[in-house]
Amino acid sequence: MILEVRNLTKAFGGLKPVEEVSFRVMHGVILSIIGPNGAGKTTLFNCLTGIYSPTKGHVLFEEKDVTGKKPYEVTAKGVARTFQNIRIFGSMSVLENVMIGQHTRSKEGFLSAVMKTAKFRREESEIKSKAYEYLEFIGIADYADADADSLPYGDQKRLEIARALATEPKILLLDEPAAGMNPQETIELMKLINRIKEWGKTVILIEHDMKVVMGISDRIIVLDHGVKIAEGTPKEIQNNPDVIEAYLGKEDIF
Amino acid sequence: MIKALLFILWISFLSLPFMGIKGALFLLFGISFAYGIFLAVKKSSIIFKEVKMPGISYEPRILYIVIFIILLALPFGLKDYYLDVVILAGIYIILALGLSVVIGFCGLLNLGFAAFYAIGAYACALFMTKAGLGFWGALPLSILITMISGFILAFPALRLHGDYLAIVTLGFGEIVHLTLNNWDSLTHGPNGISGITVPFIFGFALGSLSHYYYIVLIFVLAAIFIVRRIYYSRTGRAWLAIREDETAAEAMGINTTKYKFLAFAFGAFWAGLAGALFASKMRFVSPESFTFMESVFVACMVILGGLGSIPGVIFGSLLLVVLPEALREFQLYRMLALGTGLVLMMVFRPQGLIKPKTTINHRGH
Ligand SMILES: Nc1ncnc2c1ncn2[C@@H]1O[C@H](COP(=O)(O)OP(=O)(O)O)[C@@H](O)[C@H]1O
Ligand SMILES: [Mg+2]
Repeated sequence: MILEVRNLTKAFGGLKPVEEVSFRVMHGVILSIIGPNGAGKTTLFNCLTGIYSPTKGHVLFEEKDVTGKKPYEVTAKGVARTFQNIRIFGSMSVLENVMIGQHTRSKEGFLSAVMKTAKFRREESEIKSKAYEYLEFIGIADYADADADSLPYGDQKRLEIARALATEPKILLLDEPAAGMNPQETIELMKLINRIKEWGKTVILIEHDMKVVMGISDRIIVLDHGVKIAEGTPKEIQNNPDVIEAYLGKEDIF
Repeated sequence: MIKALLFILWISFLSLPFMGIKGALFLLFGISFAYGIFLAVKKSSIIFKEVKMPGISYEPRILYIVIFIILLALPFGLKDYYLDVVILAGIYIILALGLSVVIGFCGLLNLGFAAFYAIGAYACALFMTKAGLGFWGALPLSILITMISGFILAFPALRLHGDYLAIVTLGFGEIVHLTLNNWDSLTHGPNGISGITVPFIFGFALGSLSHYYYIVLIFVLAAIFIVRRIYYSRTGRAWLAIREDETAAEAMGINTTKYKFLAFAFGAFWAGLAGALFASKMRFVSPESFTFMESVFVACMVILGGLGSIPGVIFGSLLLVVLPEALREFQLYRMLALGTGLVLMMVFRPQGLIKPKTTINHRGH
């Protein structure tokens, strides 16, 4: 078990986008979180990554309590994420975006930068070559020198994945990575997520595209109005009447 | 094009009360003419780019050496008055580089930067006149005190974002200015502090203008060198990431609070240095050198030159120090011209005169 969520609740005043949610994530699986818009999926991600501090409950990463830790601390422990609305560093180059991901895995500070010590140069070139590797893995290394905001939409989303991978996470949280992608790009993305899994990383995926979700998930959690209404394998979820009822009220969604 | 013409019309209209109808018309035609030339040059420079000029491929290193030799020789070829302006420009380059770390790299809008400049200058003046220290003893202490005041401001300010931060820093600038004006027993209020001695090296007084020129030159080169090195480092990248998207930066593992503190302290470091140089160059400090307008002036240097671009900051500082001196007669319109320039800039070239180089080929080694 890599991640455990216990009775997690996040309240904004009277509104509870996440309410008493509990689940466990095993090593090396792809877990999908689905649910209608406003179900609280992104809020849950924000609680897991320290962007929000939960109102109640606990988040345990590798058996250690990380509830209420700052985002940079959570990232340092090995949790990385992408954002539903693209949040790349637009006026930096594509490669630099990924180099930023290496921040927690490097340490050279002020003085060594001013002196340009041998250690500093070694670390910089290591950061750079690793960043290239992640770009190659994602398949956008050709654009390394371009300004990040000059990339097409789909590539910006993939750049976010490369940047998150560069933090060397054990668990990767993807918030609607296929949104806005065309069918071809979506297929590429599915392959990519599978490769990330084969690489030994755990993936939690928020996604609306049911072809993606049913195609690659090992397990699925369904949220509705902040509450977990179902959990199981894709098969189980597809046949769960509660899900079908709550999710869209139609039977032909899968 | 139409936007530009409307804009020129508007500027001329604004100047009506100052310059009368004749003056405004003159301005209207003058700017239109200048804009025409600008367009023509822009067109032709595109052509120039396409026609690759053969043979003229020089090493940038040679260019740097030539510039360096010119800089070294400058005091021999310049009249004292001009040398004075150049020294002032140098001090502003250091100051603006410091602010550029805060605004340009880290994206924190600081509108009270003159406060740090003032603290550096007053600390140096006080250490030298009241504690009897020499310039070289007072300098590091002044810088230290300025950095500490940077930390003190950063504590409340860094919880805030954007406009709120701008207002708090503006308030800090005013508080420092008021304190300098009213704490008579320490600062002599509006009369300022005089009697600051010149720097000595091995018992040798560095009192002449050309001595100051070389002192300032050394510090300017050091500032450019150090700020550049930091810009192209893990720290510099972290600052840029915070400027681009703070939430994403933190999710990428950057301790944003720490790095914002660092930006404030690093910026204050240069302001303290610039302030101490200013105090010893002028041999006199008074509150009127450190008003809100001064903060705005330095911010303009950073913004005009190009946010986050080191050559841009240098260029912006030179432009804003030298131009008003060259156009002394138009002193009255200085602020008007500055405002106009900024608005023009935001309309036509929001990235500043010089776009920062961020692609890795340029940022690489
Ligand atoms: N910072 C916030 N303040 C107030 N309400 C919020 C905040 N963040 C999210 N919400 C609310 O929480 C609910 C769930 O949002 P979200 O987690 O984005 O849903 P999903 O990602 O499942 O579409 C929405 O009603 C949203 O308005
Ligand atoms: Mg969402």
